[in-house]
Amino acid sequence: MSTIPINPVLPFLRTDRMPTIWCPGCGIGTTVNCFARALLDSGVDLKHLAIVSGIGCTGRVAGYVKLDSFHTTHGRAIPFATGLKLANPKLNVVVYSGDGDLSAIGGNHLIHAARRNIDIKVICVNNLIYAMTGGQTAPTTPGHVITSTHPYGTFDPNFNLPHLVEAAGAVYVARWTTFHVRQIARSMAEVFKKPGFCFIEILSPCPTLYQRRNKMGDGLDTMKFYKEHSKIKNGVSTSEVGLTRNGDIIVGKFVDRDRSDYLTMAHDQFVEALGDRYVDECAAECCEEGI
Amino acid sequence: MAKGSVSIHVERCKACGFCVEFCPTKVLALSSAFNSKGYHPPQMVAPEKCSGCDLCGMYCPDFAIFGYRLNAADSANAPDKEATDAR
Ligand SMILES: Cc1ncc(C[n+]2csc(CCOP(=O)(O)OP(=O)(O)O)c2C)c(N)n1
Ligand code: SF4
Ligand code: SF4
Ligand code: SF4
Ligand SMILES: [Mg+2]
Repeated sequence: MSTIPINPVLPFLRTDRMPTIWCPGCGIGTTVNCFARALLDSGVDLKHLAIVSGIGCTGRVAGYVKLDSFHTTHGRAIPFATGLKLANPKLNVVVYSGDGDLSAIGGNHLIHAARRNIDIKVICVNNLIYAMTGGQTAPTTPGHVITSTHPYGTFDPNFNLPHLVEAAGAVYVARWTTFHVRQIARSMAEVFKKPGFCFIEILSPCPTLYQRRNKMGDGLDTMKFYKEHSKIKNGVSTSEVGLTRNGDIIVGKFVDRDRSDYLTMAHDQFVEALGDRYVDECAAECCEEGI
Repeated sequence: MAKGSVSIHVERCKACGFCVEFCPTKVLALSSAFNSKGYHPPQMVAPEKCSGCDLCGMYCPDFAIFGYRLNAADSANAPDKEATDAR
């Protein structure tokens, strides 16, 4: 008789909390599935990994992964993660949150963490809307979209997140959609090994609060749209990857470059200014204790 | 003979259809049966075509299905749906 293996992602999940709150056809769970596979494939040490989420449908990820995880306040996932990283430099810190959380209320934290090149990995699930609170316009909502706060359609320009974080200083920037499951898992595994501020944007269907008002069908319709309208263009200039309501979606790895991260820059500056008087306390003590 | 099979956790499924749509060999279809929440979980309609690639598993937002490879001896008696539902 054959032995049936167990689902390879189960060890990374809190199945006692399932079913998830996510609607049928929501893409957030697919991203978590890819994340679990990236953990498997990269062999990253789970004892030195922490996940930080803000508030929103995506923010719930922190509660469903069987890892050290923190469900913080709205918009503050990055500051929380920054503190975690600076106090425990050997931790692999992943921020997993929504487009509204990261680029609206948390937008200032996003650009400054990129500028300082804080060594955190940001996974932004972009459903183009504030989903959890009822479908209000987000900075990422494209033009000509009906939302609860723009009942006659949006008209103000949207953020092109890859362009924003590249300009601010991110060392790794990629965008995929939930159709691109293998590529998402590969990018996630890649950023675990990449020092510095890394950003992966994942476009994800929200049938309930984005699509319904715009007569865009269900989650599967958006997945088919992603399949038909995504163009993989690795290395393309991020200035060319802005999103529109019905236009093509440029996906790929856009940026992969190297520069010193925040802790390295701080260390170098202290050594330059203080010479022998500088003792790197953290390297000497807390990191050796095995957090 | 099938090279692979799937395991389906019927109760966790929300019938989004992702696994059905993106299976490269069209092994799956949503069944007419209901789970206790009223969703139609997938079933294998062409089990002999399953490669065990696990793409269905990667797409599933609710961790309700995954594919796995069978070795030659296993594929002769690929597990039926009941046997796999428990996972
Ligand atoms: C300080 C504060 N302001 C506002 C809110 C209400 N709020 C909760 S989630 C959310 C937006 C969520 O959007 P996003 O981050 O895109 O997550 P999604 O639900 O789309 O995954 C807002 C405005 C809050 N919880 N706290
Ligand atoms: S409201 Fe949208 S983002 Fe939130 S769980 Fe439902 S489909 Fe997903
Ligand atoms: S394992 Fe692959 S071939 Fe088998 S049902 Fe799943 S997607 Fe289809
Ligand atoms: S992808 Fe998962 S939730 Fe969606 S229909 Fe298939 S088994 Fe059900
Ligand atoms: Mg959102």
